[in-house]
Amino acid sequence: MAAAARFTVVGGGLAGLMTTIKLAEAGHQVDVLSLVPVKRSHSVCAQGGINGAVNTKGEGDHPDIHVKDTLRGGDFLAEQTSVKGMCHAAPGIIYLLDRMGVTFNRTPEGLLDFRRFGGTLHHRTAFAGATTGQQLLYALDEQVRRYEAEGKVTKYEYWEWLGTVKDEGGRVIGSVAVDLRTMEIRTFPAEAVCLATGGPGIVFGRSTNSIINTGTAAGRAFMEGAIYANGEFIQVHPTSIPGEDKLRLMSESVRGEGGRVWVPKKKGDTRNPRDIPESERFYFLEEKYPKYKNLVPRDVATREIFMVCRDMGMGIGGKDGVYLDVTHIPAKTLDAKIKGVMEIYEKFVGDDPRVTPMVIFPGMHYSMGGLYVRFEADSRTQTPAEGSPVNQSTNIPGLYATGEADYAFHGANRLGANSLLSCIYSGMIGGPAMAAFAKSNATSAAAMPEKYFQSAKSYWEDRFATIKKMNGPENPYGLARELGDIMTENCTVVRYNDRLKKTVEKIRELKSRWNNVNVLDTGNVANRSLSYTNQLWNMLELGEVIATSALLRDESRGAHYKPEFSLPEPKVKDPTKDPEWMALWKKRHEKWAKTTIAKHSEQGPQISYEEIPTPVLDPEPRWYA
Amino acid sequence: MDTAQATAVTTRTITFRIWRQDDPNKPGHFDEFKVPYTKGANVISCLMEIQRNPVTVEGKKVAPVIWDAACLEEVCGSCAMNINGRVRMACSALVDKLEQPITLEPMSKFPVVRDLSVDRERMFDALKRVKGWIPVDGTHNLGPGPRQSPKDQSVMYVLSTCITCGSCLEACPQVSQDNNFIGAAAISQARLFNMNPTGKLQSEERVRALMGPGGIQDCGKAQNCVKVCPKEIPLTTSIAVMNREVTKLLIKDIFFQEEEQKSHGGPG
Repeated sequence: MAAAARFTVVGGGLAGLMTTIKLAEAGHQVDVLSLVPVKRSHSVCAQGGINGAVNTKGEGDHPDIHVKDTLRGGDFLAEQTSVKGMCHAAPGIIYLLDRMGVTFNRTPEGLLDFRRFGGTLHHRTAFAGATTGQQLLYALDEQVRRYEAEGKVTKYEYWEWLGTVKDEGGRVIGSVAVDLRTMEIRTFPAEAVCLATGGPGIVFGRSTNSIINTGTAAGRAFMEGAIYANGEFIQVHPTSIPGEDKLRLMSESVRGEGGRVWVPKKKGDTRNPRDIPESERFYFLEEKYPKYKNLVPRDVATREIFMVCRDMGMGIGGKDGVYLDVTHIPAKTLDAKIKGVMEIYEKFVGDDPRVTPMVIFPGMHYSMGGLYVRFEADSRTQTPAEGSPVNQSTNIPGLYATGEADYAFHGANRLGANSLLSCIYSGMIGGPAMAAFAKSNATSAAAMPEKYFQSAKSYWEDRFATIKKMNGPENPYGLARELGDIMTENCTVVRYNDRLKKTVEKIRELKSRWNNVNVLDTGNVANRSLSYTNQLWNMLELGEVIATSALLRDESRGAHYKPEFSLPEPKVKDPTKDPEWMALWKKRHEKWAKTTIAKHSEQGPQISYEEIPTPVLDPEPRWYA
Repeated sequence: MDTAQATAVTTRTITFRIWRQDDPNKPGHFDEFKVPYTKGANVISCLMEIQRNPVTVEGKKVAPVIWDAACLEEVCGSCAMNINGRVRMACSALVDKLEQPITLEPMSKFPVVRDLSVDRERMFDALKRVKGWIPVDGTHNLGPGPRQSPKDQSVMYVLSTCITCGSCLEACPQVSQDNNFIGAAAISQARLFNMNPTGKLQSEERVRALMGPGGIQDCGKAQNCVKVCPKEIPLTTSIAVMNREVTKLLIKDIFFQEEEQKSHGGPG
């Protein structure tokens, strides 16, 4: 390999841009493929902040406590060495972003300010108003633009990654992609390819995700032999505003800044919420979780809200919805700290949340699972070894994954404000890993015989030509809605095996109906239906992985909740003091504290389980009450 | 859903007139669509409905409308278009607040890609022109950046919420597809980076980028930009601030030229 090699990064969100920056900084050439101008990537939607135990609040916070909160928050399903590496790198990452010009909120002394977030008792979340993701993405976008101006980075915006180019030995030596405007299909030779393609929110139809988050790239990589891990772990965010086109996120920072969740004590109370006195309000999170109150982890808050509405029938007006109330906080404070979300509520609902309590309900938000990646631990620190080519590598040689697209950092449930961190950290170690991998190869991808590229290109040209001729009765967007409806109904907050079975059957039915799709558009410019029909198949593949993985995991853990297989409530407040319960917990843990491994086959995903090493922290019951 | 409800939903409809253009070089036309009414619907949710049933009021099957969108919460900047003759973000354009038929047209200051989708590359080029970044020494750990006052942060934060949607360029009488006026968004970004304690170190380069053809002096002070900005960024203030910077630099240039001439003039 020459000193300066060429790499491809797919996706222009935080993970992709940080991977790109690391490669460009080391002197390499990077092609960035993105469905949209990278500045419009989904990272822009993250609101609340980024975690790092900087400990400037005199609370004795430390990266090791961050590690513990994260591993416990994910109910010990996360990959431990990467979590440790991430939490220890976090303060440095926040400082780096600060140096890049992120407009973080400040204390009167001019230092970075930190707020509370879920699943921790410390002020650990740096923030820029309530549009932190936007601010972080812009900072990285600006750095990449600088490299672009220097000629080290070439952006291919409005290009969609279709699949890999492999050599005979199965090593990835490039990609095939389509220009979503001219519909040109071409190959991109690369020493290594990184999928930083985000999550699969649109598999669920409506979610808090951007409409570009179909998971298509991960779905395709899965079909090409990449392992998809922990697919069943889908985070449903406690607080979103339901909408026809999407579920709009109301950041956890609303509760971090003092927002309270409640319903009227009287079922179906029709009074204006402001006329309901304190004594007639049921602050159900504060009552049940006196320590964490409204800042319990997301899976816990989501389940409580869901049960208050569905099981107890105490939702506002008898419907799905609870109050998220900030009316007791001065408007000036709200505007300084969470104006972004206040405005979203105002614009899309029409009420001013500074005056009227917001009405919210849980909405699909994030995938903890993703492409399986490996790490090489430094035996001294038990963190990912610096510069190892193993870090963030999938099981396909030369294919890497970073950001939400990988499975590693969040286990069974992600803590708020850990996703921006994992995106950036995975890019920081993923970029150097790709460079190290390239260095270890005797033959450069660029020197590989043309036949590999030619055959991959003609495969995709044929596939697109075939799809373009599809003129059956099925509307691809209609099929996607059916997929989204059943995934949301059966694969989110509460899961039952009979319904999951039906979901898998339904997905298989949708797959067969996919063959009768009408492509709707025969145009040669910006033919979105054509690319979407291809994406839809990959979405169905991922949906099947998620539903099958959920069906086969007979326990409750983090975001995966099956009432039929849940442990009973312990008899005492501290479960470790209930030996009978501890015995049950231990038995369950030994059986299920494993990574779900999904491999592709024509008959549907093949599921197996992998032991999780615990060199950093021994598992313990996860308990917040 | 029972039948009574189903009838109630289908009887009330929303009418759209949507600009169709298959190719940047082909002439365009309007298609009219009727979409079932739903409470809380916005322009994007209706366009999605058209995707699921792309049939015009005349019963003609057509290709689904092409438009740009991603986040649907007014933070990605994708979906700016002309709605009933006014540029705005389609995701936050609630149907209940719009007069019908709702007319959708692409922005006119950018080349059309197809239908409502346009090419805003000039905006990203403008960010390169003003060197809209902080040139950090590297991504290695160098500790925190300089301290900043909450007051400065609050000004910079608002400037940095620009979503590059193009509304300010669309509303500006000085911007056209054939000229290279840099526009309010990039001028405001130059101000942002010049306010940053580290960005200040390169402030002269950014100010120079705003001088010359297509620069800040092409602003006609119509003040349309600030009125249409969906993020309510004080764009005209940014233009005024940067105008002052340009003037200061011009004066400095003249002064230095004179100084230089004197020093090169030899003993008088």
